[in-house]
Amino acid sequence: MSYFLQIFQLLCLNVILAASLNVINGYCGLFSIGHAGFFAVGAYVAAAASKFWMPEFAAAQPALALIAVVLVGAAAAGIAGLVVGIPCLRLTGDYLAIATVGFGEIIRIILLNTESVGASRGFPGIPLLTGEWFPFWVVLFTIFSLFTIHRLMKSSTGRAILSVREDEIAARSMGINVRFYKTFAFVVGAFFAGLSGALFAHYSQFLHPSNFTFMVSVMVLLMIVVGGMGSQLGAVLGAVIVTLLPEALRFSETLSSIRMLIFGLIMILVVLWEPKGLMGLYFRFARPKKKVSA
Amino acid sequence: MSEFVQYLVNGFAQGSIYALIALGYTMVYGILKLINFAHGEIYMIGGYVGIFLLSTLGLPFWAALLLVMPIVGLFAVLIERFAYRPLRGAPRIAPLITAIGVSIVLLELMRLIAGAQPRPFPQPFEDVSYEVGTWISALDGVIIQRNQIMVFIIAVVLMLLLNTIVMKTKIGRAMRALSMDFDASRLMGVPIDRVIAFTFFIGASLAGAGGMLVGMYYNQVEPYMGQLAGLKAFTAAVLGGIGVIPGAVIGAFILSISEALVVGYGESSYRDAIAFAILIFVLMFRPWGIMGKAERVKV
Amino acid sequence: MTTPLLDVQDLTIRFGGLVAVNKVCIQIQEGELVGLIGPNGAGKTTCFNMLTGVYEPTSGKICLKGVDIHGQEPHEISAQGVARTFQNIRLFKSMTVLENLLVSLHRERGYSLVESILQLGRFKRRENEMREKAMEILRVLNLDHRADTQASSLPYGEQRKVEIARALATSPKLLLLDEPAAGMNPSETAQLARDIQKIRQDFKITVLLIEHDMSLVMKICERIYVLDYGQLIALGKPEEIKNDPRVIEAYLGGSVGGTHA
Repeated sequence: MSYFLQIFQLLCLNVILAASLNVINGYCGLFSIGHAGFFAVGAYVAAAASKFWMPEFAAAQPALALIAVVLVGAAAAGIAGLVVGIPCLRLTGDYLAIATVGFGEIIRIILLNTESVGASRGFPGIPLLTGEWFPFWVVLFTIFSLFTIHRLMKSSTGRAILSVREDEIAARSMGINVRFYKTFAFVVGAFFAGLSGALFAHYSQFLHPSNFTFMVSVMVLLMIVVGGMGSQLGAVLGAVIVTLLPEALRFSETLSSIRMLIFGLIMILVVLWEPKGLMGLYFRFARPKKKVSA
Repeated sequence: MSEFVQYLVNGFAQGSIYALIALGYTMVYGILKLINFAHGEIYMIGGYVGIFLLSTLGLPFWAALLLVMPIVGLFAVLIERFAYRPLRGAPRIAPLITAIGVSIVLLELMRLIAGAQPRPFPQPFEDVSYEVGTWISALDGVIIQRNQIMVFIIAVVLMLLLNTIVMKTKIGRAMRALSMDFDASRLMGVPIDRVIAFTFFIGASLAGAGGMLVGMYYNQVEPYMGQLAGLKAFTAAVLGGIGVIPGAVIGAFILSISEALVVGYGESSYRDAIAFAILIFVLMFRPWGIMGKAERVKV
Repeated sequence: MTTPLLDVQDLTIRFGGLVAVNKVCIQIQEGELVGLIGPNGAGKTTCFNMLTGVYEPTSGKICLKGVDIHGQEPHEISAQGVARTFQNIRLFKSMTVLENLLVSLHRERGYSLVESILQLGRFKRRENEMREKAMEILRVLNLDHRADTQASSLPYGEQRKVEIARALATSPKLLLLDEPAAGMNPSETAQLARDIQKIRQDFKITVLLIEHDMSLVMKICERIYVLDYGQLIALGKPEEIKNDPRVIEAYLGGSVGGTHA
């Protein structure tokens, strides 16, 4: 598979991840930094599905099998989102952040100690399923994810989720079941993270818990911070930058070795200079908002 | 019985180090309501600065310990000044993200400067162990290393010093006032920039000392040691009651002794999971910790 | 005797050692326009918070049309027909005025999640109907030209009106207004008085109003409850309250005729 095609698929997977985290952190205003956990659940469950639960079906009908295992992985991640969300979402701001980190790590540690999926040796031999057509399916799922989230946010449910971010107490008083919608946003975010994970499992055909560390959660957070939280376009742009930057640096050995350092600096500088990310920059310079006079 | 005591001994030694780090977390959170993600890296840097002072500069242990603290403390003051202070009015998520960024930058810088492999820490003292069994036959088999005693004593001394500063000095009073009511303190004329800088300075000094002590205790330092220790110390602070200074110490010892007991009686591979389990448990059932108070939101 | 719309009995709340609201009793019949006044810190907003489920009372009963709503969540109480505005404006800042109202209409959206993602079935029709209903409310309050303006960029007086419009969009039976005239000049306040009366008439709702601006209170309230240090010290028609010595004393000897400082 050509280098560009590889990067492109990775980019699509990151786009889905960023869009999914954007639902939780951007639209609903929560602070979740354990997203790698849901990514992991989707990956491992989908991998187990295609390798152990339906290998014959996978061989006979790879396209349908791919759809099936991706949805199964996403659903499993969604359930994980429910399990994590229900206790965590009672917590406010900082505490929620820490709890999500904790759960993300717990998921990783559980996977590290689960023999049936290879524990610390990793999970090899995941079938590619649709062979050369895989990139096509990646693109399809990416469009599906972005489209679904977009439509969701354009509906009344989307407005309910936004109102939770804007002002919980007012939202509650206007009839919004805040607890429910926080959990809902969390589950939706987890679902699509799992979807991305399921695709990732079949793309790389090998899984190891070290693919799902806290750093991965931080990277996804970086994507939406750089692009602009609360904007799907921002999430996409952020994913593009964060995915392509290391590739762009490849020409220089020195720059490549300090790429994490660069990411750290980007995080600090973006928050200090333009916390609304790229979308913030755009609105600041291209379309400044006017204050309405009485 | 002796096994149990041995685990307690190990727990107290390790707990001293967690406590030194946890205090920094809790003090900064108490005033700024900020979880200083980069604090674990400060501790790690303390370890490396210790190596530098001991090996490269050849300083005696006590001099190095006394120097590590202000060096690391000043470093933290700089971080606060340039990365956190500009965000003081911003929504709470902003400095949280910056803190993660600072943590990454510090980790990577250290990794690039010193290499990712663990570095041996010079041993300023002979490795002496005391067999308690020779004095108390009931505790036959319990071994206390001199290093463990030193770590504990130094940590306790530092904590007592902190207590004196916080309780008996003007700036300590200012710190307490800020943590109780930030806006009122500001309006009363408390010099917030200075007090906050001082808080970071003290918290980092303790963590830096902790880094040096841990280097001495385990004979090595490595760039990633701040990550795990930082998370555990943070758990300790949350367990004890984040923002409450004695809570950090209590939480640290409860955590380290639990770890020691689990490793001793159970599965050593679950050692790190204890911290997470405690963290989740506390957050689920009593997020304000042992010594904290539940907060009410005013509408 | 008809069941009062709101029947509050011995409502009490304690914060630690402080009794913020002490055995307060309020009865409001359907269609009334009632005021709740008292010095700062008397517990008026705390009462509102209990009526809307934001705080849980330590003891006492709150009945809406005979139904005890004690212990219900704010969103459940909203569904029962109680809406409120806030003392400090709590609009959904980055949403437009129209979107703010549409949030209140969420409960009656009438379409499923699947329909919203596919934008099929009832989605388009219901969205249009909700928009129309929201616009109707905005027209009554002369805010329809601001429908697509971001809420945070409106001048203060209009933001206060949007708060009211948003509460109205929940189709309440009882509207709780928390200091709607705060920060308004006399002409704005006079307009507000007209608006509140118009709302009461057009939407056939009952209004309970917390206010410090006595000219507003005296002008439009049919009955007034007076709270001081968490207790009810007087109750009656505006004329009675104006001359009640206990009320005058509670306001530190100032006359109750003009605007409160």
